[in-house]
Amino acid sequence: MNEAALKELLFRLADDEVVIGHRNAEWTGHGPILEEDIAFSSMAQDEIGHAQIYYSLLHELGEADPDQLAFNRASADFRCAQLVELPKGDWAFSVARQFLYDAVETVRLAALSHSSYQPLAQAARKFAGEEKYHFMHGKSWIANLGQATPESRAKLQAALDQAFPYAQGLFEMTDADAAIVAEGLQAPEVELKKESLALIMPIVTGAGLTLPDAAPIEGGRRGRHTEHLVALLNDMQLVFRTDPEATW
Amino acid sequence: MLTQDQILTALQDVKDPEIPVVSIVEMGLIADVLVEGEAVRVKITPTFAGCPAVEVMRVESERRLRALGVENVSVQITFDPPWNSNRISAEGRRKLKEFGLAPPRLHNGSVDLIQLELIECPYCGSADTTLESAFGPTLCRAIHYCHHCQQSFEQFKPL
Repeated sequence: MNEAALKELLFRLADDEVVIGHRNAEWTGHGPILEEDIAFSSMAQDEIGHAQIYYSLLHELGEADPDQLAFNRASADFRCAQLVELPKGDWAFSVARQFLYDAVETVRLAALSHSSYQPLAQAARKFAGEEKYHFMHGKSWIANLGQATPESRAKLQAALDQAFPYAQGLFEMTDADAAIVAEGLQAPEVELKKESLALIMPIVTGAGLTLPDAAPIEGGRRGRHTEHLVALLNDMQLVFRTDPEATW
Repeated sequence: MLTQDQILTALQDVKDPEIPVVSIVEMGLIADVLVEGEAVRVKITPTFAGCPAVEVMRVESERRLRALGVENVSVQITFDPPWNSNRISAEGRRKLKEFGLAPPRLHNGSVDLIQLELIECPYCGSADTTLESAFGPTLCRAIHYCHHCQQSFEQFKPL
């Protein structure tokens, strides 16, 4: 097995989840309505739980323990796509980002369920059932906001225009991808992209919205991030770094 | 040497701290029980992967098994097989309802929105209810509203 490729794939999965989980937790106590406060908090809890399990798989492969991996690495070591690190923005932006992210995750987890690495395949099968609730939530908000008022539609369209180029960065490839595919760890990113767009397009157009014809914004999978990730990690890692050896 | 039945009976005392009336056996969390001489190995398949109660239940299970006089005990978390809500026993469903949590409907392996519609109210039994939110106070709960007795209630989510 190409362990380096497997680890790179696991870091992408784990870092995407921990960072978007942290962003979604920023809605706790700030949601526009109580149900959405709870929904985003619940999704955050699922995502951070999934990150912990991906980090545990890395730990079993000889990496540091999950807490160290989440709270004691620098931004350049993170392999998350830039999509997840962008500030939560207005409500429309968080809805648009979450919808695009969950559509891609739906497709990705289905593919990972067939991974040649059994611990990853088992985790993906488990997470797929939970993520279904996230995607149901996103789909219904795209339909609702897209068809409610001219203002809600305009805000959601602007959010999709902003998020979509970054969402395409979820499929960014590096030198590891040839081995990831050859070893049967995951289907090729180009296939996942095609399937994801087939899932996203009818929902977006059905809500009277469009996706921009814009180039992907990449870099995250190579450790190149926006300044927002640095700020996020300063916040997320603050307590842990005051005493990294503390027992909780 | 302990029998499987003795082990499952001991694990009947382990409850999810968030639903303290239903045992982890009735919830269908026990994926595997293995007795090898003086050693006992149990595997727990959690309801939701991010459930904060998992570690509590794992440690409590070890404690209960040690109380039977077994020293070599290991209780581990597995996702093989992944838990699904059809694993909750009939007794578990009855206790959930009594606790005020509508049990999840049985499904054919694939959950969608239809399994969250017209859920029977655990208080008055009416099915004149509406899903308010698929997300609730814990990862495993959805919130519904009963038009008959005019109050909100929670449901253990189908998975």
